[in-house]
Amino acid sequence: MRNSKFRVALSLLLLAAATPRAFAHAFPDHAQPAVGSTVSPAPAELKIWFTGKLEPAFSKLDVRDASGAGVDKGDAAVDPQDATLLHVSLKPLPAGTYKVHWHAVSVDTHATDGDFTFSVK
Amino acid sequence: MNKNLFWYPALGAAFAMPFYSLPANAHGFAGQRFFPATIQTDDPFVADEMSLPTVTVNPKAQDGSRESDIGFDIAKRITPNFGLTAADQWKYIRVPGAPHQYGFDNLETGAQYQLFVDASHEAMALVGLDASWAHTGRVNGAGADDFTTLSPAFDFGKGFGDLPDWLSYARPFAITANLGFDFPTKTESAGNPNPNNFTAGAALEYSFEYLEHHVKDIGFGAPFDRMIALVEWTSTTNLNRVPNGSVTTGIIAPGLIWAGQHYQLGAELLVPYGNSAQGHGIGGVLQFHLYLDDLFPNSIGKPIFGD
Repeated sequence: MRNSKFRVALSLLLLAAATPRAFAHAFPDHAQPAVGSTVSPAPAELKIWFTGKLEPAFSKLDVRDASGAGVDKGDAAVDPQDATLLHVSLKPLPAGTYKVHWHAVSVDTHATDGDFTFSVK
Repeated sequence: MNKNLFWYPALGAAFAMPFYSLPANAHGFAGQRFFPATIQTDDPFVADEMSLPTVTVNPKAQDGSRESDIGFDIAKRITPNFGLTAADQWKYIRVPGAPHQYGFDNLETGAQYQLFVDASHEAMALVGLDASWAHTGRVNGAGADDFTTLSPAFDFGKGFGDLPDWLSYARPFAITANLGFDFPTKTESAGNPNPNNFTAGAALEYSFEYLEHHVKDIGFGAPFDRMIALVEWTSTTNLNRVPNGSVTTGIIAPGLIWAGQHYQLGAELLVPYGNSAQGHGIGGVLQFHLYLDDLFPNSIGKPIFGD
């Protein structure tokens, strides 16, 4: 009877291992401009690559200046050629620090949120 | 207790659950903070996760014996805020000059309720009640308790992502902690007292994933950009029934966790402190931990009711 516990546990492990999934929570992989970086000249676009494919209808991205005013053009979108890339166009940015906030929904509907800053000198 | 009463329905549910899709959010997120499943201390979140196996080589006991364990645990959300847990381990005890002993430990089950998750402050907390069930393991030989123990607990976690800019490199820090009690249902076993205990534990974590993706892209590549360095601390203090006063024992466990998309790997050293009867030297633990919500987002990886 004690061995039955191991058989059940082993079955669950094998079940997990035998089921390949391309899904999961989408974490940021890298960004352009990079997280915490200082860049010059000012970028015209903000891009974030994630570790998984995103759901275009629910994934969001915005960029704000130190006063909280939006500095993106409101055209955030998942790239049609690369579903791991979320990008938004930026207005002309004067020197300063900007805060990026993203909301990523993976194709299996798992949601992740995050923010980071970058600076323009 | 008939062990089949738990395991067979659980396995049946794994296959029989309907496959439909709803939005999901789980396994240790509070805003942008990801809390990994820690090895020595309880997690402050309900989840759909499974550890298989957890392999532990404990520090030597005072009599020179050394216990090694192969453990298994699973956590399953029933609703988004209420979950159940189950765990057991197979013990192998090497005793100098005597036959080795082995067998299963008692089955442990738990019920947990998520009190809150505060995304903006990267904080979360839960209350739970664990039970170690008498006579579900091997009492003679493997040393499983011949009594049931009930253990209410409060677990919480806090990330430091809201620190000011001048402390930005400290933002990847987070702490999880537990406070609880053990109430054995039998005051003594074979002439030895079974005291009530106060238990406490904590894990101090530094997330390189958080550093890379929310503070400063240092340029760490894989696998370092998914690593979390941590130190865990556990403490058990006898509250009564001990002839010479209360005794505190515990473990300090420094280690690393790598958290991927579907699973995490953890490794820690085990350094005992406190009463010398607990052991000496060091031990170690390795764990393979699966995120069922990411592996099976439309079936066993989601709450049974609601989302």
